[in-house]
Amino acid sequence: MALALFYVAAAVALASTVLVITRRNAAHALIYLVVSLLSIAVIFFLLGAPFAAALEIVIYAGAIVVLFLFVVMMLNLGRRSAERERLWLRPGMWIGPAILVGVLLLEMLYVIVLDAPGTTRGTVVGPKEVGTALFGPYLLAVELAAMLLLAALIGAYHLGRRYLGDRREDLP
Amino acid sequence: MIVDWSYILILPVAVGALVFALVLVWWERRLLGWWQDRLGPNRVGPFGVLQALADAVKLFTKEDWLPPFGDRAFFIMAPAIVAGSMLMAYVIIPFGPDLYITDSNIAVLFFLAMSSLAVYGVLLAGLSSNNKYAMLGGLRAAAQMVTYEVFMGLSLMGVVIHAGSFSLVAIVESQQGMWYIFPQCVGFLIFFLAGLAESHRLPFDLPEAEHELTAGFHTEYSGMKFALIMAGEYLAMVLTSALVVTLFFGGWLAPTFLPGAEYIPPVVWFGLKTAVFIHLFVLLRAAIPRPRYDQLMSLGWKILLPLSLLNLLVTGAASLWLEH
Repeated sequence: MALALFYVAAAVALASTVLVITRRNAAHALIYLVVSLLSIAVIFFLLGAPFAAALEIVIYAGAIVVLFLFVVMMLNLGRRSAERERLWLRPGMWIGPAILVGVLLLEMLYVIVLDAPGTTRGTVVGPKEVGTALFGPYLLAVELAAMLLLAALIGAYHLGRRYLGDRREDLP
Repeated sequence: MIVDWSYILILPVAVGALVFALVLVWWERRLLGWWQDRLGPNRVGPFGVLQALADAVKLFTKEDWLPPFGDRAFFIMAPAIVAGSMLMAYVIIPFGPDLYITDSNIAVLFFLAMSSLAVYGVLLAGLSSNNKYAMLGGLRAAAQMVTYEVFMGLSLMGVVIHAGSFSLVAIVESQQGMWYIFPQCVGFLIFFLAGLAESHRLPFDLPEAEHELTAGFHTEYSGMKFALIMAGEYLAMVLTSALVVTLFFGGWLAPTFLPGAEYIPPVVWFGLKTAVFIHLFVLLRAAIPRPRYDQLMSLGWKILLPLSLLNLLVTGAASLWLEH
């Protein structure tokens, strides 16, 4: 049962990710990205990582893609940009990426056929275990990420200072 | 046994929530009329209670207009997302001991996930209408909801620290000794304000501020699609009230300071406490004027966010202190 659910979710994830790339309308592409993230959350849940599944939705689908969509709305892309997208995505464009992806696909098939196949069964990792792991053996990584985010926060604050606007008014 | 219960509960909870939302519209209008010294809807049936039914009939039979200039697929999807994501969140609410659809160790996070998906409904409604008022409303809604989600999550973490679990049933059960409103009153205030902004109810209803944006993101909606968006708003209000009760006011637990309180069934206590907060929502609508949009955003980022971080810090430090 879990295996069937896994394959359905994986198929949805693959199909929606392909649609993310091929849609010309940016808003449609972003909604497919949300669907893709949701199906990945389902996969996380099936693999026994409910905490990661919830955070996938809260952070990626709920915050980051919303900001993308926000920007798309601000730019108010119309039919003309869809047309431009069509010009950019000529069939010839696909050759390079297709070869590279084909190599990866062969590699994955090799691993699946010849090596030990991966299993979808895992132990369920609850929120408490994730927290213990993050603030135990992986503390350094957490602190480094925190420093990076703090730097980003200070940078954003610097860009959004009030006196930048004031100074612009002083210009002749 | 609990599993059997839970599957049976899905339908009554879904239908009950929708019908409750419909009746709540009438009740809110009556209350607003009373508080604002006017009559309110009192013509249809006793005390006007059939007004809810009349509204439903009217909404069902109204023309369902699709704007020819908009994005048809998104336009149809948006109301379903608004109401659907809110209805989904009801699965984690414990109405009483053993009276819940599911209890998960990520229940609090599931609620946050669903409320963050609700943003898409509003955003897509604004985007697909291809109308400047709807677009502005959608943009405002997106910014407002993303902002308030940040510390809605943070304000709940204090409760999670106290209870040591994300499961709502465990959180209610750990409030036997003391309701979390006492140690977490700051968290409660922040969560309540964030819930108000998330459901874009009146003091914070800037996405649909009718004086400036006609009707905001749902300007182009009519008939049942409009009804679904309205239902989503009321579902969010009831959901926030139920969660406030569950997280901060002991859920189904009877208040111990009242003698004889334990003879009343727990579900009734849950309902009573939730009703108090629904009325608080309505009272706020009647009493408080709308702030300006930039005031709302700076209240969020400059006051509530630092406050919720501080609350988290103090709660964490205090519980570490008490443990050792």
